[in-house]
Amino acid sequence: MDFGGINPVILLASLMVASTPILLAALGEMVTEKSGVLNLGVEGMMIFGAVCGFIAAIETQSPAIGFVAAAIGGAALSMLFGLLTQIFLTTQVPAGLALTLLGTGLASLLGQNYQGMSPPRLPDMNIPLLEDIPVIGPVIFQHDAIVYLSLIMVVVVWAFLKFTRAGLILRAVGENHAAAHALGYKVKAVRFAAIGFGGAMAGLGGAYISLVRVPQWTDGITAGIGWIALAIVVFASWRAGRVLIGAYLFGGITVLQLNLQAAGAKVPVELLSMSPFLATILVLVVISARRHGASNAPAMLGRIFHTS
Amino acid sequence: MKRRTLLTAAAASALALSVAVPGFAQDPVKVGFIYVGPKNDGGWSQHHHEAAMVMAEHFGDAVELVEQESVPEGPDAERVMTQMALSGADIIFTTSFGYMDQTINVAGKFPDVKFEHATGYKTAPNVGVYSARFYEGRAIEGYLAGHMTKSNKIGYIGSFPIPEVIRGINSSFLHAKKENPDVEMSVVWLNTWFDPAKEADAAQAMIDQGIDVVLQHTDSTAPQITAQKAGNVYTFGQAADMAEFGPMPRISSIIDEWAPYYIERVQAVMDGTWESDMTWDGIGAGMVGIGEISSAVPDDVKAGAEALRDAISAGEYHPFTGPINKQDGSVWLAEGEVADDGTLAGMNFYIEGLTGEIPQ
Repeated sequence: MDFGGINPVILLASLMVASTPILLAALGEMVTEKSGVLNLGVEGMMIFGAVCGFIAAIETQSPAIGFVAAAIGGAALSMLFGLLTQIFLTTQVPAGLALTLLGTGLASLLGQNYQGMSPPRLPDMNIPLLEDIPVIGPVIFQHDAIVYLSLIMVVVVWAFLKFTRAGLILRAVGENHAAAHALGYKVKAVRFAAIGFGGAMAGLGGAYISLVRVPQWTDGITAGIGWIALAIVVFASWRAGRVLIGAYLFGGITVLQLNLQAAGAKVPVELLSMSPFLATILVLVVISARRHGASNAPAMLGRIFHTS
Repeated sequence: MKRRTLLTAAAASALALSVAVPGFAQDPVKVGFIYVGPKNDGGWSQHHHEAAMVMAEHFGDAVELVEQESVPEGPDAERVMTQMALSGADIIFTTSFGYMDQTINVAGKFPDVKFEHATGYKTAPNVGVYSARFYEGRAIEGYLAGHMTKSNKIGYIGSFPIPEVIRGINSSFLHAKKENPDVEMSVVWLNTWFDPAKEADAAQAMIDQGIDVVLQHTDSTAPQITAQKAGNVYTFGQAADMAEFGPMPRISSIIDEWAPYYIERVQAVMDGTWESDMTWDGIGAGMVGIGEISSAVPDDVKAGAEALRDAISAGEYHPFTGPINKQDGSVWLAEGEVADDGTLAGMNFYIEGLTGEIPQ
């Protein structure tokens, strides 16, 4: 079953791989923003995670340790942002931008001696029985562990924010930190945790690029994916399900436009190149315009919290 | 040794040195390099950087090397060039096509500084251009691709739709088709010189569609890795040998050899004989190197490719020799006619048999 030389099953399967880094980073950032912190350093944490994961995977020859190291690396870098914004009360926007610059530079420095090396491969983990279902099997159930992890994380984040007490506290801190503080919740501790989670997820996303999707280390390997993740959080109006849609849409159209070009479709290349951005923005704007007219942003997003 | 004698000895030896080598009193020639990618990208920028290092080593203390990497094409490049010129650079090499207008602008402001722009076509009294005839190397890649493909589908990862890239597409397709009339070529434009994730995705998309030879005109090694994962796919090293990916998937490569040119031009600045010119050298002059053809290629194909290389090198064969038609079927070159450099330098059309349109 081909459409103009493009096999939809293979296309959907490669879509999932291309979207995973964005999905992971965007989910993490969503949780951070839900606590009222705007961390623009996603790109920096991603690339730092990418290099940490790469180095760890090379040194230990274990992709699993690589991913753990990436999460730790991303979280460690995000703690710097936490220190700046939560303890020293600096403004979040420049602190986040600085984090991106720092992360990019630091990653470039650490990665100097790891150019051109090949990391150990992360094996595919086909799910028994489910992988034999026609069409759905090869699309969803024949991937590596991180793809499954990213999907599970969507559900976990959604359920955490919606059903758990801790999720409720996190949202309370993001909506009104003064009230949450008055109720006795530790605003700073909650925010530190959210920032750390965001960093770890961004690190994982970065490592997915350097260990699976490319897989190699070169400077600037994330090439702006972190910024896309940030945008997707906004357009998805801070909902886990929509983050999934946004990430898959963006990744999917990126892959589709390359396939269309390779298949020789008669569509102007300029249009194809910008189509992932256009389509993602359009779709997410349309779905968020239908239910809530106003923005769904956490009320305290980007505000500094003074305990006095 | 007493202090006085030590001082005398030092003074004497300093005097001796200054008499023996008067040249040392001169300031070193300051040479600037601007790269579009990181200088360890494994491809284009790394090769310019390595050539610059060879040049610096050749001259030793007589030159001072200043490098700036990952400079985006656009206003930033102008800022970087101005900074270099202000800090006393005598000659600046701008090593990417997209620096063309910026180089001309900055050169207008600093008439005493020499500029050398890679792969462009605009010159000024203090701006020279240099490029290599990569299309000669592409002809050999096309020859190999035509023989090696089993699915008769070849992919070409294009960066920007500029003449240099279009020449490469035409040249490789022409020679693939000559060896294998059933061959088809898909071109994917990425609008970037260096983006490993995009390059990997593009290579993967091609492989998913049954393409089994991937040529690249982008600078990272990501397509090589993607091909390696896929197994039965052939690739070519771009700008650098990329020998670490041989014998499979990399079966040969185009290597840029800039060092001799850099040494020659810096020497000219030292001697005061530098003049603006347009240099465009190929395999014959040693500016384009063909990387070793790997053991994955059958012996007779390898011999054929080497014969083609030698014929081009000796000037006996020009890769664009008629009859060649343009994509719309109109005649470009008649039987036996050879393309002139002017048309090649501004090439903005596909030859017959290629599908798709060049983004304008």
